[in-house]
Amino acid sequence: MTPLQTEHNPKASLDVNIKWCKGCNLCVTVCPKGVLSLDDLGKVSVDKPEECIGCGLCEETCPDYAIRVVKDA
Amino acid sequence: MPFNVTSYFRQEMLPHIWCPGCGNGIVLRDFAVALEKLNYSRQEVVIVSGIGCSSRAAGYLDFDTVHTTHGRALPFATGIKFANPGLKVFVIMGDGDASSIGGNHLIHACRRNIDLTAIIFNNHIYGMTGGQFSPMTPRDKKATTAPYGMIEQSFDLCRLAEAAGATYVGRATTYHNQLLTRLIVEGANNRGFSLIEAVTHCPTSYGRRNKMATPTDMVRWQKESAVLIDRIKEGRASLQEGQFPVGLLHQHDAPEFTAEYLEVVKRAREK
Amino acid sequence: MRKPIEIRLMQGNEACAQGAVDAGVRFFAGYPITPSTEIAEWMAREMPAIGGKFIQMEDEIASIAAIIGGSLAGVKSMTATSGPGFSLMQENIGYACMTEVPCLIVNVQRGGPSTGRPTAPSQGDVMQARWGTHGDHPSIALSPWSVQETYTLTVKAVNLSEKYRTPVILLLDEVIAHLREGVKLPDPRKLKLVERPRPRGGREEYRPFGGTMKEVPPIADFGMGFNCNFTGLVHDEVGHPSNSPAVTDRLIRRLVGKVEYDRDQIIHWEEIEMKDAEMAIFAYGCSARSSVSALKAARELGMKVGLIRPTTLWPFPEKAVEAAAARGIPLLVPELNLGQLVLEVSRVAAGRTRVRPLSRVDGELFTPMEILSALKEGF
Ligand SMILES: Cc1ncc(C[n+]2csc(CCOP(=O)(O)OP(=O)(O)O)c2C)c(N)n1
Ligand code: SF4
Ligand code: SF4
Ligand code: SF4
Ligand SMILES: [Mg+2]
Repeated sequence: MTPLQTEHNPKASLDVNIKWCKGCNLCVTVCPKGVLSLDDLGKVSVDKPEECIGCGLCEETCPDYAIRVVKDA
Repeated sequence: MPFNVTSYFRQEMLPHIWCPGCGNGIVLRDFAVALEKLNYSRQEVVIVSGIGCSSRAAGYLDFDTVHTTHGRALPFATGIKFANPGLKVFVIMGDGDASSIGGNHLIHACRRNIDLTAIIFNNHIYGMTGGQFSPMTPRDKKATTAPYGMIEQSFDLCRLAEAAGATYVGRATTYHNQLLTRLIVEGANNRGFSLIEAVTHCPTSYGRRNKMATPTDMVRWQKESAVLIDRIKEGRASLQEGQFPVGLLHQHDAPEFTAEYLEVVKRAREK
Repeated sequence: MRKPIEIRLMQGNEACAQGAVDAGVRFFAGYPITPSTEIAEWMAREMPAIGGKFIQMEDEIASIAAIIGGSLAGVKSMTATSGPGFSLMQENIGYACMTEVPCLIVNVQRGGPSTGRPTAPSQGDVMQARWGTHGDHPSIALSPWSVQETYTLTVKAVNLSEKYRTPVILLLDEVIAHLREGVKLPDPRKLKLVERPRPRGGREEYRPFGGTMKEVPPIADFGMGFNCNFTGLVHDEVGHPSNSPAVTDRLIRRLVGKVEYDRDQIIHWEEIEMKDAEMAIFAYGCSARSSVSALKAARELGMKVGLIRPTTLWPFPEKAVEAAAARGIPLLVPELNLGQLVLEVSRVAAGRTRVRPLSRVDGELFTPMEILSALKEGF
């Protein structure tokens, strides 16, 4: 789990289950803040956690349930 | 802990068999969210599916599930619902499953207005068998059995369902998650036959052949092709060539089959 | 509602419907087809008042699908049809075999292929009942020779389907379906009824497709909270699809095995005058009726003729043929087809005795005389 202690959303974290990620790139293109990218193995990676606004679009779009935005509040 | 969609899944079955970027996983997620909102107990829900990539969805969900034969999910579901009307029965079908081999069952389920909620995963193609055209492949699009482009008209399944007597008809896409979830919830709450067309994408067997090479291209196509019905009604938008309406497309009240049967029981007992 | 014990003049189709209801069937789905329609009409009339369900579906494919659905919901279910509809049902009969869902399919046979002679008798679907659906699968098929036996075999068919969790086929002959005879209906409360094995433990131990090769695993009704997956794909003990060769092999062998291992419990045949027989007729259904008359006539002429009359066609009653073959008794096999069950008779006889088919496919019944002539002609 990558905690997101940002000013936008201090109490959320991104829970990525790499085992389920199939590298389709949908979350990367849907993220309005460019937080995500695919790594060299073609799996999702959280590049800029500080930019995340916790909008949940990546979670809603991921066909493989590999990414979750967990709001602690 | 906030709601975790996979808590509705048979965890040991994940990851699912679908290709990278396949829209089926998104539709299934929206369905699971709808189930959460509907707040049914685990034992009152039954999910029935046909055969196709999309129909594998049933096996992933942790309810009573039946993966039936190609095109026949609706009559199986009719039997289950009629035998035990207390069950909440959902039916998952592909576009080919529902509109081609199962087309006759579909119109009769609509006509009977039996209380089922059908979710049609429309990826405009026969995904599982590798990309042959379905009755819902748009004109001129390519398929392995339409290598020069589709020359047949395609079905508008929502209009077909409405004409056949379905009492709740809606359409959404994998881009319109919240709308899709809302339609499934409302469809389930409708006392009668509800049909929700979920426009989804098959990058492997459809997109690649039709100039939408990536899942992202396909979701973008959905975003650009879908027009909210409310905007059309309000005169704020109109349908252009190749576009389709999304939202609640039709709703009316009509007697429901299992309820009407109680009337038959009454008459038979008075005899 | 009927009285506890009564003797009633009934048509075969009616006796079948009454037998099914007495055996606990409370769900019927069907599509009209001569000569089976009276069963659907009876059900439409009687089911609602006794707490049962009747639905006329859009075709026979939908009918068999609906009864499998009804059975999954825990209700004993059946359909009735004739040749053309029986052909349409085949894919889903295989589905019921694979998913082990009990149900009864009545096929009132008519002349064929295709539309054939809808109102003429035939025994042309004997092999279809065995091999109609694709792939290796278990089969149980029964064939009555009277209206009374139509009642008892319908009860038995429902019981067998519940006991073995498999579809059971009742092969009726058109003449028996439409024949009116006096039937003694037993007190339904005293009938021995079988219920499918249901899980005793909790969800964790539930193995709806498990057990040993000889066992019939338990099945929970939908709505009981066991949340099981039913699929026509090869599946493991809990119902998950599987591509494993070991799982596949085990499943197919168990499906067939659960019936085969118990064949002696399932199979029934009747023997008439076999003790001193020097030749015998092997016949079922309406052809056995003509055969009994032929047998009597032959005995009057001093010919030592016997009759073997199976009521179970599948699994094939091998032991019945075995005994005759061991004694070297030649067998005449009259069938209203061009020779179907006779193939099995010959297989079991394996050259130890002569087996002669006698066929009629003109839509007429055997006359006792023609069976007698065949016996006189010899083998
Ligand atoms: C009776 C029968 N005919 C044909 C098939 C082969 N088949 C399997 S899936 C399928 C088409 C699936 O297309 P669709 O319903 O659109 O589902 P998708 O795979 O696209 O989700 C076909 C033709 C079959 N399984 N059974
Ligand atoms: S929650 Fe929104 S901003 Fe954060 S990574 Fe996901 S899509 Fe991007
Ligand atoms: S959408 Fe899901 S599967 Fe696709 S790349 Fe992102 S995390 Fe991986
Ligand atoms: S073939 Fe198409 S529909 Fe089937 S899993 Fe792959 S992307 Fe999805
Ligand atoms: Mg499709």
